[in-house]
Amino acid sequence: MAATEPRSAPTPVAPPRRRGRRSSVRGWRRTDQLIFALAWLAGLGLCLVAGAIVIFLAIEGLQYLDPKLLVTSPSPAVNQAHSGGFLDPLIGTMTMALLGTLIATPLAVLTAVWVVEYGRPRWLAAVVETSIEMIAGTPDIVIAIFGLAFFQIGILAPFSFRASGGGVYGRSFLAAGIMMSLLALPLTYTATRNGLRAIPRHMREASFALGKTRAATIRRVLMPSLRPDIATGATLGLGRIVGSTAIIVLLLGATLQNSPQNSVPLLGFLRGTGSTLTSYIFFNSPAGEGNAPQKAYAAAFVLLLIVLVLNWAVARISRIGAGSSLNSGRMAR
Amino acid sequence: MSAEKTHLQSPCTLAPQAKVRENGTMSINQLVFDPPALDPMTSAPLRAVSSLTGPERMRLHDISVFYDGAAAVKQASLSIHQGEVLALIGPSGCGKTTLLRTLNRLTELTPNASHSGTITLDGDDIHELEDTKLRTRVSMVFQQPNPFPMSIFDNVAFALREQSRRRPRRRELEPLVKQALQRAGLYEEVRNNLDRPALRLSGGQQQRLCIARAIANNPEILLMDEPCSALDPRSTAVIEDLILQLRSDLAIVIVTHNLQQARRVADRVAFMYLGDLVELGDAGQLFEAPREERTREYIAGAFG
Ligand SMILES: Nc1ncnc2c1ncn2[C@@H]1O[C@H](COP(=O)(O)OP(=O)(O)OP(=O)(O)O)[C@@H](O)[C@H]1O
Ligand SMILES: [Mg+2]
Repeated sequence: MAATEPRSAPTPVAPPRRRGRRSSVRGWRRTDQLIFALAWLAGLGLCLVAGAIVIFLAIEGLQYLDPKLLVTSPSPAVNQAHSGGFLDPLIGTMTMALLGTLIATPLAVLTAVWVVEYGRPRWLAAVVETSIEMIAGTPDIVIAIFGLAFFQIGILAPFSFRASGGGVYGRSFLAAGIMMSLLALPLTYTATRNGLRAIPRHMREASFALGKTRAATIRRVLMPSLRPDIATGATLGLGRIVGSTAIIVLLLGATLQNSPQNSVPLLGFLRGTGSTLTSYIFFNSPAGEGNAPQKAYAAAFVLLLIVLVLNWAVARISRIGAGSSLNSGRMAR
Repeated sequence: MSAEKTHLQSPCTLAPQAKVRENGTMSINQLVFDPPALDPMTSAPLRAVSSLTGPERMRLHDISVFYDGAAAVKQASLSIHQGEVLALIGPSGCGKTTLLRTLNRLTELTPNASHSGTITLDGDDIHELEDTKLRTRVSMVFQQPNPFPMSIFDNVAFALREQSRRRPRRRELEPLVKQALQRAGLYEEVRNNLDRPALRLSGGQQQRLCIARAIANNPEILLMDEPCSALDPRSTAVIEDLILQLRSDLAIVIVTHNLQQARRVADRVAFMYLGDLVELGDAGQLFEAPREERTREYIAGAFG
């Protein structure tokens, strides 16, 4: 082949191009241009708002953020130099996030799979869907009040803190975590359900046509494609859990320090009361009784970091082992 | 060959059921069980391979399929023999896909579909068989290549796994996967990339992967719904070769809009029109000397 053109000088090979010339926005219709500009502005505006929050908190927070605050427990002192750090609320926030997500995610995924893949009898599926919509619309303070009433029922005493007199207190990490999961559940449910609905029918039929049962189809074909959706839902849910203050105040006690119910290592802790960064921020802000805005800012900054790290972690987890799924099972059509 | 004998003996057990329709045309029952293949060489042979067929595997008897009560397939009767390729042709919307999907009971997944009539596989009513068992015996390849979002290996292994409660090890599956990929003519292209995502294959490769997946379990019948409609001529030629090779071990029912393709691969051809199975016959006979006016018009139109 090369011998046929012996004299041709070696042409310089151009580097590979990703895309060629494209049409210019200038040629668009006026309205399209306007909407295009608005879309850009809206996106930029959101970036600015997000950036402003991070920068403001970073400036205010970092200024007061002493690494010692992260590893010392808060203590009841009026003098801010002796009121300690926020180790306990930090642990509290982590625990709530973990507990709430661990309860909500499997429940939400199972429910979504049932509704989309089985959904019979139909009225029951409709009732489930409506119930979840209702939970999604319920403010967390209402969920908290309900939870308090619920966990004060005598039989549920093992779940929560028992006051010294022996009365059921209805407050504990477990109680708060279970109610927190209600905040996350609708978000994870919706994301999973939409993910399932987006998987084309022929994907399922291909599996059925190979003689697979519905269960095997769900487990081996649908679930792997759902990972990104479940992750998105879980991230949204995490945000709600970490951000809720009402449930903490009512159901976790928002005590200064985490106080285990008894000395059983993990269970005692989970049955005990405590606080999270949100309640800590609230009580230390000028609105609360502590009036230590410096610590509130420092805690707020840490909370923001936690949310960012958790989001990143969920995104990572959802990608483990999903290498061959090409990020989603959806093809055109 | 014994296969030939069986074929010659099989013809017209159902011939008495032939009826004359109101409009004077013969019903399909007569045509199907006419002995058309007795002398397949009267017309010039279309293909080098002669149409020897084996024992009857599947038989449809007066199958009608309804969507919301409206018939999409009307009283179709035909038999499917091992070792043959049966092509279903006809204009769009005439019920080819519906008929095909009834053979492995995929129509049951469509909530508004119902059917009447009987289909037997080796003499057993397919509606008496467990659906999962039936579908491992009657496998299907779809119009759109639809590999699962997993690796090439896992796509083929998927068909083999889950048969038993114990999950088979990769080492046990490897030879089976390899064999299926070889039969589907894909192995040489992917042998070093078995763990790559199947969705990164080209369309033609994806479709061959789907064929490998469908034949991994050694089904008795392979249903193909326009398997080449999304492919280029080269991939189409590869798959047509494949069909001709595969046909020796199983029966293939293929839906195609491409009459040349039907000519190239099919031993027998069934022409459907508005839900009626108008004519069924040896490929050479149906294309060269169709008995029915509608068949003639369709073939003329499509060829002209
Ligand atoms: N799910 C459904 N609900 C209602 N009607 C349907 C459904 N699927 C198919 N039909 C109707 O049944 C008839 C046959 O459809 P079918 O898909 O079997 O045609 P086809 O011969 O495969 O057509 P094509 O060559 O275009 O694929 C059509 O009239 C179609 O409108
Ligand atoms: Mg079709």
